[in-house]
Amino acid sequence: MSTMSIALNITTTIQDWLMNMMPEGVANILAMVIVALLYLAIFAVAGLYLVLLERRVAAWFQLRIGPNRVGFQGLLQTMADALKLVSKELTGTERADKFLYNLAPYFVIISSLMALAVFPFTKEFQAFDINIGILFLIAISSIGVIGILLGGWSSNNKFALIGAMRSGVQTISYELSIGLSLLTMVLLTGSLQLSEIVEVQKNGWLILQGHIPAIIAFMIYMIAGTAETNRAPFDMVEAESELGAGFHTEYSGMKFAYFFLAEFINMFIIAAIATTVFFGAWLSPFGITESIPWLGVFWFLGKTLILVFLMMWFRWTFPRLRIDQLLTLEWKYLLPINLVNIVIMAIIVWLNMTIQI
Amino acid sequence: MNNEALQNIINSWFPDSISNTVITETSDETETQKTISSNGLEFSEEESQFLNVTVLPEHFHKLMSQLRNNSETNFDYLFCLSGVDWGTELGVVYHLESTTHRHIIVVKVKTDDRENPAFESVYDIWATAEFHEREVYDFFGIIFNNHPNLKRLFLTDEWEGFPLRKDYVDEINMVIK
Amino acid sequence: METTTVDTNFKSEEYFINMGPQHPATHGVLRLLLTIDGEIIKRVEPDLGYIHRSIEKMCERDSYQQIVHLTDRMDYLSSHINNEAVCLAVENALELEIPDRVQVIRTIIGELTRIASHTLWWGVMGMDVGALTTYFYGFRDREMINDIFEETCGARLTMNYNIPGGLMFDIHPNFVNRVKEFIGHFKTKLPEYDTLLTGNVIFQKRMKGVGILSKEDAISFGASGPIGRGSGYSCDVRKHHPYSAYDKVKFNEVLKTDGDSFARYQVRIQEMWESLSIVEQLIDNIPEGDHKVTTKVVIKLPKGEFYQKVETARGELGVYIISTGTKNPYRLKFRSPGFSNLSLLNHIAVGGKIGDLVASMATLDLVIPDIDR
Repeated sequence: MSTMSIALNITTTIQDWLMNMMPEGVANILAMVIVALLYLAIFAVAGLYLVLLERRVAAWFQLRIGPNRVGFQGLLQTMADALKLVSKELTGTERADKFLYNLAPYFVIISSLMALAVFPFTKEFQAFDINIGILFLIAISSIGVIGILLGGWSSNNKFALIGAMRSGVQTISYELSIGLSLLTMVLLTGSLQLSEIVEVQKNGWLILQGHIPAIIAFMIYMIAGTAETNRAPFDMVEAESELGAGFHTEYSGMKFAYFFLAEFINMFIIAAIATTVFFGAWLSPFGITESIPWLGVFWFLGKTLILVFLMMWFRWTFPRLRIDQLLTLEWKYLLPINLVNIVIMAIIVWLNMTIQI
Repeated sequence: MNNEALQNIINSWFPDSISNTVITETSDETETQKTISSNGLEFSEEESQFLNVTVLPEHFHKLMSQLRNNSETNFDYLFCLSGVDWGTELGVVYHLESTTHRHIIVVKVKTDDRENPAFESVYDIWATAEFHEREVYDFFGIIFNNHPNLKRLFLTDEWEGFPLRKDYVDEINMVIK
Repeated sequence: METTTVDTNFKSEEYFINMGPQHPATHGVLRLLLTIDGEIIKRVEPDLGYIHRSIEKMCERDSYQQIVHLTDRMDYLSSHINNEAVCLAVENALELEIPDRVQVIRTIIGELTRIASHTLWWGVMGMDVGALTTYFYGFRDREMINDIFEETCGARLTMNYNIPGGLMFDIHPNFVNRVKEFIGHFKTKLPEYDTLLTGNVIFQKRMKGVGILSKEDAISFGASGPIGRGSGYSCDVRKHHPYSAYDKVKFNEVLKTDGDSFARYQVRIQEMWESLSIVEQLIDNIPEGDHKVTTKVVIKLPKGEFYQKVETARGELGVYIISTGTKNPYRLKFRSPGFSNLSLLNHIAVGGKIGDLVASMATLDLVIPDIDR
């Protein structure tokens, strides 16, 4: 039992193990590298299997089966697709700005990876527990916008540029809503640090503690989160029945794969933030598996996957919003509701009307 | 409104008719009756379900705008505009219907000038004529004056000849039995 | 290389986009040249002819039975009704007495074709505005109708079941049961579709107030079918110039006065209900009799001009035959509904956004081979 609890605290475990073998500085750097590689692997695997999940879920909605030939139930499908993408020719336009054109996908990937680092998968299994956790998450996702704008601009293609502009506008507008709805929950916890937030939820998940304003905040957060990742019903940017293919028109092969994977990882991140802040991260309902900490990973993943399924459900059911309707939704409806909601939550906390289990 | 009344109204718009002669042509075993007025209008109900009016090109536009604007006839729905190559003459046939009175009339206009056939466009009266007249120009070569955008519709701009004319020959594409 | 000249008096902020012949939203090979200013459309010019097959010229050398086979390639989604148009024109010209059985069966199959066309339209409509799942649901129902047709007519898309004089063969013994099964199934599905798309707020915001067409404009542009009826223009050929068994059944003509895309959408959904009711009224009482009247092998129409109107799923199809008494028509003109409907695209799209153009075009329900003939 004690070895299991030590193993969860990966950073310290790895560091101690390395410290025994070599001088401190080198051990530190090696520890960071190993943890980074571990997360890169998680990122890649998660991305691949999310794509497969999307395809199977879409097929289920559309009364068909989806990929089930490559590997058992299609589990190796995305691997095969990734191999195909890697072997494709990296075309580029002649008059594209070479440096920015190559740099753009990396912005998107790096911001997704960094966001993945702060999640508490279970007790003490967290790579980077900074005391401004939520602020860090929001700040990092804003960096992804640069990648999109650079991609559209440097392609030297007027459709890509229009697509990138629309996408940029959409993302920065909806970040406001995400930030404000998370702020509503921070009022309940009193701390921005993610592990603290999970501690507070031992008295009941935050969506329960905050009842009405928390539920409103959750709904706004899901809408804004779907818009943030450019998914339907907010995907006017990359809509196939409109003109062009958005900001990644001119990308092919591995670089296109980066944009594509980053979209799925972003979806996972949005769901993971919602799980952490609203649904108690790795805590089991009513504490039933409190004594087996490593089960927390499954609780975390299970809750996240349910929210991911919800986002997929949106995609395959609703029609698209027009770009001006999208922006009207944010600035005229979601933002005022959010502000009022914060005030309501503040009043509830001040009057001690939260539900504590 | 029945055909008699229609005929009377239309004649009243072109008052140069001094005499209405009824010509009876006998060909094969059938007798066809055509009423020719000296104002150039020809009425016929034979060989067709509706009243046919054949009009001279110079009175054409006037007749069409009267048919549309006069409240007793009120032909506001142009449902078919076809070009026809009558052998020696080129013509256009207009099928008009009124949405209020629900009567139908057929207006025909012909010219024997096969080099430069030209009629007035009725685009200003019925907006649907824009595309239909382009089609007639494309296939028959009939020019419509005052058309906003008269150029070929289905065939490419460089196509030579007018395919639906009877004297059109195209060794490569046409299969004659 | 073909160049199409466009008015090049651009103001400096306008630019020119090509929605090319291969495009998911244009339902066929249609090329649209758009002049846009930012997001607002200034001018839409369609470029036609990509699938022009000179059907009218071919009709001048074919016999009347052969012409029937050419017609269902025009509007392939209402193929049975297209065939019926030519057959009725020929039969009326020859003054043949068509048995009741033939008329009733033609009506039933015509209405089933209309439902099949409208379900496909509904599926594609959802797909165009972004709800990609509706495509599969629409096709599932269409497949049921296609299976019924395959058993009776032998084909799923280009039926050729009508011939001048009646039907090519009698209906299959299973026909009546399968149609009844289909009606039962579809009656449960149609309310589901209504809730899925029609009641959706996002969908309504995309469609209401978009692509407005007034009644006078609809008449002037020659709009017919659901487009005319969505603007309040009563143009149902089945009511005003009834043919086959339409004067014996009770059904309503669906009219809406708003004239926007949502009105046209609702007209079509309501028309599906009306078609179901017509089929229900007729399916149990198909009269006994012959399935055709024998005509001569070589059909010669008497000298004269003949016009026949029918109501396809898209609008009013007209067949105009000028005959000089020989075995081929002297001139045969098809007045296709899509041709007139396309001419109003420029009128309703100007001033709107590109997203509105896609939504409006989906409600116009264009089938390009019908336009290009």
